Order: sequence, then structure tokens, then C-alpha cells
Amino acid sequence: MPAVEATTPTLRKTALHSTHRQMGAKMVDFNGWEMPVEYPSAGGIIAEHMAVRTAVGIFDVSHMGDIRLAGPDALAAVQHISMNDASRLAVNQAQYSALLYPQGTFVDDVIIHRLAEHDYLLVINAGTREKDFDWVQENTRQFDCGVENLSDDFTQIAIQGRKAARLLQKLTDADLSGLRFYWVTYGTLCGLRNILIARTGYTGEDGFEIYIPSDELVSARVWQEILEAGAEFGVVPCGLGSRNTLRLEARLPLYGHEISDTINVWEAGLDRFCRMDKPEFIGQSALALAQASGTKRTLAGLEMIERGIARDGYKVLDGVGRELGYVTSGSYAPFFKKNIALAYVAPEFSALGNILWVEIRGRGVQARVVTTPFYKRPRTV
Amino acid sequence: MSYPTDFKYTKEHEWIKGDGKVATIGITHYAQDSLGDIVFVELPKTGTQITKGKTFGSVESVKAVSDLYAPASGVVTDVNAELANSPEKVNKDPHGSWMIKINLQDPNELNSLLSAADYEKFINEETAH
Repeated sequence: MPAVEATTPTLRKTALHSTHRQMGAKMVDFNGWEMPVEYPSAGGIIAEHMAVRTAVGIFDVSHMGDIRLAGPDALAAVQHISMNDASRLAVNQAQYSALLYPQGTFVDDVIIHRLAEHDYLLVINAGTREKDFDWVQENTRQFDCGVENLSDDFTQIAIQGRKAARLLQKLTDADLSGLRFYWVTYGTLCGLRNILIARTGYTGEDGFEIYIPSDELVSARVWQEILEAGAEFGVVPCGLGSRNTLRLEARLPLYGHEISDTINVWEAGLDRFCRMDKPEFIGQSALALAQASGTKRTLAGLEMIERGIARDGYKVLDGVGRELGYVTSGSYAPFFKKNIALAYVAPEFSALGNILWVEIRGRGVQARVVTTPFYKRPRTV
Repeated sequence: MSYPTDFKYTKEHEWIKGDGKVATIGITHYAQDSLGDIVFVELPKTGTQITKGKTFGSVESVKAVSDLYAPASGVVTDVNAELANSPEKVNKDPHGSWMIKINLQDPNELNSLLSAADYEKFINEETAH
């Protein structure tokens, strides 16, 4: 056992930082942010994961960034910098999309919310906040559209799980039963007026993300009120550890792992969020060329057959030890009680049922290519 | 959690309990608490020679993998097979859930390890900074 890493004082903190500390969360450095990785009081990562899969859990995701584009040309600007077709969004609708480099690789993946006729909110990753904002500003200069960095304005709390709607409905006058997945609404929440409530998440479950003012006292009060209102549903506070295992089971990409500035849209398998048929966007022509020349690697789901856990960066081998690719994310999967991974391999090795080996501490450990997402939530009527 | 006074400890958070020529090895409460939910323990086979200060296996939590370092040299005489299917026992009872037993090459090697009091002092310093 090596020494446990101590966190440094230079790390950025969310408005809920002292709340996490008071609740005994274990804190870690995540992309320069001191964030809770797990709550021993909630039972730790596995218990948090299962609470979200079977009931409800809440996450502080205030480290995520927010960029607002508003003005007469807002749609044109959003269309230019993102790969999905934002012209299909109705007011109050959201979509998963990505900002691309001209090479068709990822600046970041984003959720684009259309807040009003000419007003869009892009929710971006913590580790890419500054880069994304600069990129958006730089590439929208030609449009009559303001670009605003709202990243520090919000405390963003994710309420996730099949009981999330029942929990949140206790705290707001907004009608959540009428709110569909990837739509947003506004309401009074915990006494705060006009709060943005989005039915979105990063866990593979139904759920919501709420955007409240990043005031420490207000944030702490809302966090506490959600936990109290959720007690009857078995709510637990969750950290980034379970957020990662939940998103992995649901095959949701993580920047720096499944997507990056060297991985393109086709390789990442995000085709259905990339609208090549829209008039123009950054990365489009490179993607057209890449599509014509064929994908050289593809993201495959693996399930370990032999004992061992594939971890990020481990090599994927064939039966005679030749390197075929690498693992982007790998973990014990609490819902399945199996070890799973995502890995980039050449397409000819990615057929379902194919046997591959993951090099774990110098030894090849057998794995099988399986269908993804590993986890799909049961649809309720 | 108290640290048994008849154990010796390493700065890498293993414990060892000597009994004549034989010793039992596991990881400490502090180690399991730092790791979180343990989901996999990889241990050497009976008959393997392990060397003081060198890795003899690994323990994996949901988040991370950590090497296990031998507190003393010797030959593995027994492996706790129960941990293969119930690795979470290490979380529940770290000082009772032993990992391996060895035949000590030199029982005096244990003298250089930390006492329970010294180990507690060490982890308090580690947690403080």
C-alpha cells in the first residue's frame, strides 16, 4: 500500500465544499477541484452506486462549467461550434452534443440547453472549462451573439435515480411529471424562485440537474433539504467514485478517456449525436474524409472472464500477446458484480463474443467483447 | 479502530503477527479505509518465496489498485482462500482477515517494524498534512 495522496490547498472548491467535509466525505483532486470521491457515511462507492440504481442519490456537480450564448445569431453560433443539430431544439429542450476541433476530434462533450428563442446554455466539463470558453469565444466572433462564462454562478446538484422525480417534486412547484428526459423547466425550489431544472444526468438513470445560485449558505441549505426530503426514499449523498462507475455501466463517455483531442467522433461511436447533414460545423469536413477512409479503431465493451480488473490505460492484447489497443475506462461494476471496461481496438477485433486479453501487471487476463451500454435502465410506462 | 499491540506494522500499511517461525500478514484498518470498497485481492500461491520490502500481491478497490509489500521474507505456507470470493471481509475486519501465512526466514526481521503505538503516530501524521 503506497501512501495516500494528500490534497493541496491550491485546489478549487465548490460552494458545497464545507458541507462535504462536515458530512465526512473523502475528498480527492479531480481535474484541479477538491471534490468528494465517496461518502463513508453513505456506505461508500458501491452503496452509493446501488442507491442510484435502485432508489435515488445526489451529487454535487458544481465543478461543471456553463457557457451562455445569447443574441440574434445564437443559433448560427451554436450550429457552427457543435456537432449535433441545435436547430431541432424547441425552447426548453436539451441535447447531447460536442465541440470539435477542425480534425473532427473533441474539444469537449456538452449538453446544449435552449433556454429561449435566441439563448443557449452549454454545460461543459470541469477539466476543460477555460479551454472550452476560449474555444467558444474564439470561434463565434463572426456572429452577433454574446458569450458569457457562467461557470462560477451556479451550484449544480444532480438528483439521480428512479425515485428522483418523487423526491424533487416535494421541493418544487414545477410540474415534473410533465417534464420529459432532456427537457428543462423552471420553478420555485426550496423557496428559491425561477430555478432551472433539467431532466438530465450522467448515471444511466432518470434524474434531474438543478442550477441554484452558488452562494455557500443557500447551497448548503438546499443540499440539506434534498437529503431530508429524500430520507423516505432512501436518498444518499454520492461522490465522483460512484458517478464514474454509474456512467461507465451506462457507457457514457468521459473526457480524457473515451473522448479526447486525438479521438474522433466515429471512433467514439457517437455517430447519432453528429449531424453530418446539417449545413456546416467545425470538424465536419475532416469527419467526412474519416468516414470515407474507414475507422481504424472502435470503442468496444469488455467483460473480464478471468479474475482481474482492467484499469484505464492497460493494454489490450491478442492470444499471442500482440498489442491491439488500450483500455479507456475499467472498473468493478457494482450493479453486475463483474469487472467491465471500455477499450479502443481495431474494428476487426470488436465483434461481440470475441475473446481478448487485457495486460494486468504483466499478465494477459481473458476478456470477452460484450454489447454496450452494459446497463440500460428499465423503461417504465 | 484500535491496532493490536501483538502485531507489527509497515509504513505501507501491512500488519504482521509473528508466532515463532510462522507469521500471519494482512492490511491495516487505515489501509482498508483509505482504499474504500475492496473488490479483488490477488495473493501468491503456497510455496512462493516473498522478500521483505518487495510486492507479494495486490488489493483492488472500486477506485484503485494497490500493491502489497512483504513486511518480512519467507515462504508462503497458507493463503486465505475466503478472500477470493469475499474480498469485502478485509473492509469489515481488516485485522482479522489475514491474507497469507509465511515461514519466516529470519524472525528478527520483525524487530525493525513499527509497533502499534508507532504506527498510530505515523498514520496520524500522514492524515494531518
